[in-house]
Amino acid sequence: MELKGKVFKFGDDISTDHIIPGRFFHLRSNIPELAKHTLEDVNPEFASKVKKGDFVVGGNNFGLGSSREHAPLVLKTLGVSAVLVKSSARIFFRNAINIGLPVLVCDTASISEDDELVVDLAGGTIKDVTRGIELTFVAFPDAMLKILSEGGLLPYIKKYGDFVVGK
Amino acid sequence: MAKTLAEKILSERAGIDVRAGGIVVTPVDLAFVQDGTGPLAVRQFQSGGFTRLAQPQQTVLYIDHASPSPAKELSNDHALLRQFSREKGAVLSDVGEGVCHQCVAESFAGPGKVIVGADSHTVTAGAAGAFATGMGSTDIAVAMALGKTWLRVPETVKIIATGNFKKGVYAKDFILHLIGLLGADGATYQALEFGGSAVDNMSMSERFTIANMAVECGAKVGLFPSDNITRKYLESRGRKDDYRPIKADEGAKYDRVVEIDVGNIVPTVSKPHTVDNIATAAELGGIEVSQVFIGTCTNGRLDDLKIAANILKNRRRANIRLLVAPASKEVFYNAIEAGYIQILMNAGAVILPPGCAACVGVHQGILGDNESCISTANRNFKGRMGNPDSFIYLASPATAAASAITGRITDPGEFI
Repeated sequence: MELKGKVFKFGDDISTDHIIPGRFFHLRSNIPELAKHTLEDVNPEFASKVKKGDFVVGGNNFGLGSSREHAPLVLKTLGVSAVLVKSSARIFFRNAINIGLPVLVCDTASISEDDELVVDLAGGTIKDVTRGIELTFVAFPDAMLKILSEGGLLPYIKKYGDFVVGK
Repeated sequence: MAKTLAEKILSERAGIDVRAGGIVVTPVDLAFVQDGTGPLAVRQFQSGGFTRLAQPQQTVLYIDHASPSPAKELSNDHALLRQFSREKGAVLSDVGEGVCHQCVAESFAGPGKVIVGADSHTVTAGAAGAFATGMGSTDIAVAMALGKTWLRVPETVKIIATGNFKKGVYAKDFILHLIGLLGADGATYQALEFGGSAVDNMSMSERFTIANMAVECGAKVGLFPSDNITRKYLESRGRKDDYRPIKADEGAKYDRVVEIDVGNIVPTVSKPHTVDNIATAAELGGIEVSQVFIGTCTNGRLDDLKIAANILKNRRRANIRLLVAPASKEVFYNAIEAGYIQILMNAGAVILPPGCAACVGVHQGILGDNESCISTANRNFKGRMGNPDSFIYLASPATAAASAITGRITDPGEFI
């Protein structure tokens, strides 16, 4: 599967409070409204400018903090096709896969704001068309690849009826 | 082969012999949500086509984050959780019962259990020897339906704490110091396993404070072996049968070992906007605060209120807001009986209902622009307390209480 879009670049330690601040707690059952505030304390224009297919690119420890699944969910709702990071906090990574949003671990230092990327999920490559460079991302553990390839944990359980990891 | 505590618990619970890096499907002994993550879990449960809870009595819905509700949207979220509890038989912990992690500590946490919660500070229960970890709403919805989850067995960082704490230095200073040492992603995907003579002497309350913050260096769990102190705690709670001895095997393989002499630690503070950004309280003495917040799943237990009351007895807060939130109804009740609440009120404290209170930026103490707060909570991210233009400093109840007296960040030494 090929993903195409433009880069929105962020730094290290982007917390789930950055992605969707606690002061919008009351909007958590209204995801389209909540999504309008995505990353607004870091880049106030992000939610209005991001387009279907675009990429969020971060640094180290992306998504640290709270277990709120709303963090990957608002990114997905806005059309973000994948999150590219140097490293990701554990719960954010698992939550993103569970809702079918790929988090790709790669060396994001050479990717810049507004770059055009083409990601080959099956092939494991990221082409930065703007810079003419190609990167690879760390392969998913089998257990997560199975969940991701079904589009998330719920479709996975619907298909298999149980966890089939480790079998 | 010798096992770490994480390998041992997951091997036993999953019924297969596993090592770090392996994947297990394990039964869960408790699956819970809170009011910030629960409504999404309920909706995922429904859209997954599930109709029944695998273990209704081991499925708990805690209303603690926005409690009582400050907005109609949240009142409707609470109504959804109450309805789900009525229809499916899940246990409901409603307004005023307390913070989920303290309630779990009181009623469920025990050696060798597997506990999953839709809240990152689920790690708190590791203090009682439970493999307890935070997940998102979808994972917990599935755990509620199937009574199990999948986990990667983590590598372990062994933390050996020796020596004796100096006067005015507490478990909170230790864990802030440790996170400063490891970094905010220093143990990502790993287990922390605590041991050493300083840990052997720690009360359960202190262990809960430490385990609670394991996630702040990225860890999946913060585990303590069970011992006589664990046993007495469980007995005192009428949960004698929940006790069993469990510890790592001699010769277990650790990713690395970190040794800390707690005698070298001084009152420690995390500066804005990351937990690993530490300094000593003495170094920050010039910083004025507008609000002092004592409470939360990190430091809202009876021992914490006692420490604060001892410092604030016959003293008065400066011209700042002093907010105190007992972590649970039981803590609140016991603090009234012990006289701590009266002492704190005489010192000028506002007592908030048991729950997360000011910690999450939803209600009960949102900071104004450019205001600073010293808090006994576990997180100081930008915007955490409801305003991205404010500043949060994390410290022990003693440092917070001392700072309330002076109106600026203060080493508690001078008041003890």
